[in-house]
Amino acid sequence: MEDIVIKAENLKKWFPVKAGFLSSLLSKRQLFVRAVDDVSFQIKKKEIFGLAGESGSGKTTTGRLLVRLIEPTSGKVYFKGKEITSLKEDEMKLLRRHMQIIFQDPYESLNPRITVGDIVAEPVRLLKGATPAEVNEVVRQTLEDVELTPPEEFILRYPHELSGGQRQRVAVARAFAVNPEFIVADEPVSMLDVSIRAEILKLMISLVQKYEASFLYITHDLALSRHMCDRLAIMYLGKIVEMSDTEKIVYEPLHPYTKALIEAVPEPDPTAKRIETVIKGEIPSPINPPPGCRFHTRCPAYIGDICRKKEPPLMNIGKNHYVACHLYGKEK
Amino acid sequence: MMTMPLLDVQNLTTYYFTRRGAVKAAEGVSFGLEKGESLGLAGESGCGKTTIALSLLKILPQGGRIVNGKVIFKGVNIVDLDETEMREKIRWKGISIVFQGAMNALNPVFKIGDQIVEAIKIHEPKVTKREAKERGKKLMEMVGIEPSRIDNYPHEFSGGMRQRALIAMSLACNPEMLIADEPGTALDVIVQAQVLRLMRELKDRLNLSLIMITHDLSMIAEVCKKIAIMYAGYLLEYGDIVTIFKKPLHPYTQDLIQSFPSIKAAKQEMISIPGTPPDLLNPPPGCRFHPRCKYAMNICKKKVPEMKKIAGDHFVACHLVKG
Repeated sequence: MEDIVIKAENLKKWFPVKAGFLSSLLSKRQLFVRAVDDVSFQIKKKEIFGLAGESGSGKTTTGRLLVRLIEPTSGKVYFKGKEITSLKEDEMKLLRRHMQIIFQDPYESLNPRITVGDIVAEPVRLLKGATPAEVNEVVRQTLEDVELTPPEEFILRYPHELSGGQRQRVAVARAFAVNPEFIVADEPVSMLDVSIRAEILKLMISLVQKYEASFLYITHDLALSRHMCDRLAIMYLGKIVEMSDTEKIVYEPLHPYTKALIEAVPEPDPTAKRIETVIKGEIPSPINPPPGCRFHTRCPAYIGDICRKKEPPLMNIGKNHYVACHLYGKEK
Repeated sequence: MMTMPLLDVQNLTTYYFTRRGAVKAAEGVSFGLEKGESLGLAGESGCGKTTIALSLLKILPQGGRIVNGKVIFKGVNIVDLDETEMREKIRWKGISIVFQGAMNALNPVFKIGDQIVEAIKIHEPKVTKREAKERGKKLMEMVGIEPSRIDNYPHEFSGGMRQRALIAMSLACNPEMLIADEPGTALDVIVQAQVLRLMRELKDRLNLSLIMITHDLSMIAEVCKKIAIMYAGYLLEYGDIVTIFKKPLHPYTQDLIQSFPSIKAAKQEMISIPGTPPDLLNPPPGCRFHPRCKYAMNICKKKVPEMKKIAGDHFVACHLVKG
């Protein structure tokens, strides 16, 4: 199983809710936002794995836990078989070159006061032993990889001189410059205009192939993730409710929430069938998630007490299609 | 037989005057809208679609001015009206708007109900406070919110409920036309679907004319019967939505439609349009799309293409297309 690059095992992140002085005296117990609540999955080499869900489902927190930008409450992360959640900061530092992250907003994630060349060079310089000439060569090469050509034209420019799409290319270059094995991209195109989203996505797909990296793509846009991902996991209130090959999720969704989510995506076709059934309400608070199956309060396929009382486990129901719902049979 | 459309926008040109020069945000835009019709105004950020909305209500920010053209609403050119007339006759009663960003468009320190009452009282001074509140409750019910929650503050509402409350408020003075600026953006997909369905139902039930402004063509396909594509301040293509989706004539429309992925249809390669929209302080001469257009000819760099009528209800502004 050596081609599994990253593995999350029963990952949990509960953020304590800050209460005021008075209410902390009155309330009996500390409340938590259960942002990520027992999530497990793995990503193979050269695989693009999508984590999709609505806001507040825990997808961003999961991404940050994997690269240890935040510490998990419990659970483990393995990088190429090595458990990294208990590593000390200096050991972790050595690993960081293998794990990079691309953020959502290229207007905020790039330092406005340093040049494009320096932005891309910074992580490379942090690698011990790289001479200035070597750093330059890597920067040039990476800028070419992200199609900011000729590189000379961009190295000395500042982020404000670039368009949104070009900035996101710089962010992608910075992530790939250190030749990482695992990359998290958190909604990398949602701030960009529709006409340029496709080229950034295609660029990332080609770089994943070229650098033979593993890629975690976090998104709320199911239509785009279909074009991007090999496998897809759907999250709801901190849990994965369904996980399978992307085409399976799109064409044969099993979990009632996945079905509702896909049904709610509007079609860019005026002759297509209009959205008919929409589930009611919005995501409940992750502070006090509903007991049993967290989706039972909104579920159109509610089958009774079991949904309210027992939490359905994420089960493999065949051909690596995982679903957490009482409607579906026993583990195979 | 000619019937007069509810709204007839002719050659509307709006600039923002800044210290660095005039930002030519909307240039010679013409379109019409009948009673009960729905039009989607589509385009990327900065293409001038919100400017059009603000021009129709004459609520442009400082420095923004309609420099040319007419906006004829029910036979009256509202470009000539003064502030008082706009407030008394047009805004809220004639044309109403639901602003972008449901999270920020409500005042956090007033109850939802008081905000609806205020709007009614300002535009219909004869209505008593009690009547206005009753009307507010009916509006809340109409958009699917429990009427008793009229005394809640905005922070007690979820994002979807706030968007509903804003829609309820926009209908407070029985407008004939509603402008919705990015009504689904920033909402989660399920809530967005709920809001889109609500808009469609309200439009049919109240026989509203609707202008929906969004960058998302799939939302327009979900709600509207007509579509207008804008680019860099110009209207490029306009007409019946089925015709335009089936047979887009402008190269920009063609690429824009293809850059929208579908979740249900067969997987197609996604297209992107190289380059970025131009700076409107210094727009390119001729057709403003020519620097990104794969079919650009010499004439495109020199002459702005005129809007040509293709068929009954299909207009295109492109030198490639013969009228």
